[in-house]
Amino acid sequence: MSERKIRVLVAKPGLDGHDRGAKVVARALRDAGMEVIYTGLRQTPEMIAEAALQEDVDVVGLSILSGAHMALVPRVLELLKANGQGQVKVFVGGIIPDEDLPRLKEMGVSGVYGPGASTEDIIRQVKASVAA
Amino acid sequence: MAPALRRRTSFGKSKRLWRLSLMSLVESALAGDRLSLTRLLTQVENDTPEGRQALAALFPHTGRAHLIGVTGAPGTGKSSLVNRLALHYRTQGKRVAVVAVDPSSPFTGGAVLGDRVRMRDLAGDPGVFIRSMASRGSLGGLAQATAGLVQVFDAVGFEVIMVETVGAGQSEVDIARLAHTTLVVEAPGLGDDIQAIKAGILEIADILAVNKADRPGVENTLKALKSALELAHPVRHVFRHHGKMETVEAPDAPVYNSWIPPIQKTVATTGEGIPELAAEIARHVEHLRQSGDWAARERSRLRSELDALLREALFARFREQVKETRYEEALERVFRRSLAPGEAVRILLDGC
Repeated sequence: MSERKIRVLVAKPGLDGHDRGAKVVARALRDAGMEVIYTGLRQTPEMIAEAALQEDVDVVGLSILSGAHMALVPRVLELLKANGQGQVKVFVGGIIPDEDLPRLKEMGVSGVYGPGASTEDIIRQVKASVAA
Repeated sequence: MAPALRRRTSFGKSKRLWRLSLMSLVESALAGDRLSLTRLLTQVENDTPEGRQALAALFPHTGRAHLIGVTGAPGTGKSSLVNRLALHYRTQGKRVAVVAVDPSSPFTGGAVLGDRVRMRDLAGDPGVFIRSMASRGSLGGLAQATAGLVQVFDAVGFEVIMVETVGAGQSEVDIARLAHTTLVVEAPGLGDDIQAIKAGILEIADILAVNKADRPGVENTLKALKSALELAHPVRHVFRHHGKMETVEAPDAPVYNSWIPPIQKTVATTGEGIPELAAEIARHVEHLRQSGDWAARERSRLRSELDALLREALFARFREQVKETRYEEALERVFRRSLAPGEAVRILLDGC
């Protein structure tokens, strides 16, 4: 039996067109031995949840720089649950004001990373969340 | 959906419960439940005992889908072409599954699977299911479990299954053994006419798509491919030479196959040439059915699958029966050059 791989969906919901951060994270997770499915720009929450289902991922990483996270993140979480994938861990990266952190955590987000976050921290926490 | 399916099916908790939920997974996948389907795909991809059991249960339901392989060099536009073809088949009401393989890192085992980026037009359509796969160390352009995933899709009723290989070089030709119809995607500017007569990937093409046909150099690519095909499939030539009409009859070369691969120009970004490409694919299916090649291909596909499983099982059995120390001893002797590898195999096998 081959070793179980951690599968991660890295997605960019919303309308901002900057995916450098998402690509850096995707690459780092790849180098940590994970299988990263990259969806590209301007995904709706529906598209993300559908991709997460088809790919049976363990983790969804959302990169949002547009400030729309308080609308987009809950919608993704809700759709994942509706699809029977409530167990999928969701991480958020991008420009997220500190005051939104508690609310996001409360909704069930496993981790939030802003500019300057170290990829090692992300890898460690993603691995820990899947093992839990 | 059964409430039991909402939880992540964890194995190891209770063998009996798992078996129950495995069979209900199989049943609800057959009934069209996408969550069950995706979980089964994961079990099959990870080659778990449960995955194998599921494949066994699903196998009687397979054999109905048309398997289309799409291969070609990196950057020729395979994903975009798959996207367009899938849209085309959706207008005909066919359910379409896509298995897209991308390479795993040989160093870390990780992978970035990016084929979905080009398939966003297919999002939100319940008649389409896209699954990305990492090659996980396989070298033939597919992953080891690709055939298994295809079987699952076939069993649950997808009528068209497109398998997109790793961006292939010259000899990643496993796809030809898996697919009924193999599409080789070329693009202008990738190589000269010597590339076109080399053995390997061009030989497996049932249909050649010259994508990015709006780019300069497309006529040269077409010419090189056409003349390469004519060498492989001689035809009667009539041409003017020094003002005289000449006719060169096709030699009575052994006819391997009456199918001559057509060449179709496409521009996947705009959809140009896609209906024509789909028509060629349909014509190929018709040819396979009428010539009896469909059954022949099915048989050889199942044979290679059986052989692969047999090899794997024999090797596993061998490793169970031969003590690790004996194996290491033999390896050590090979390493010291006191035993040739072939001899070592003979000694190890005779010993068990």
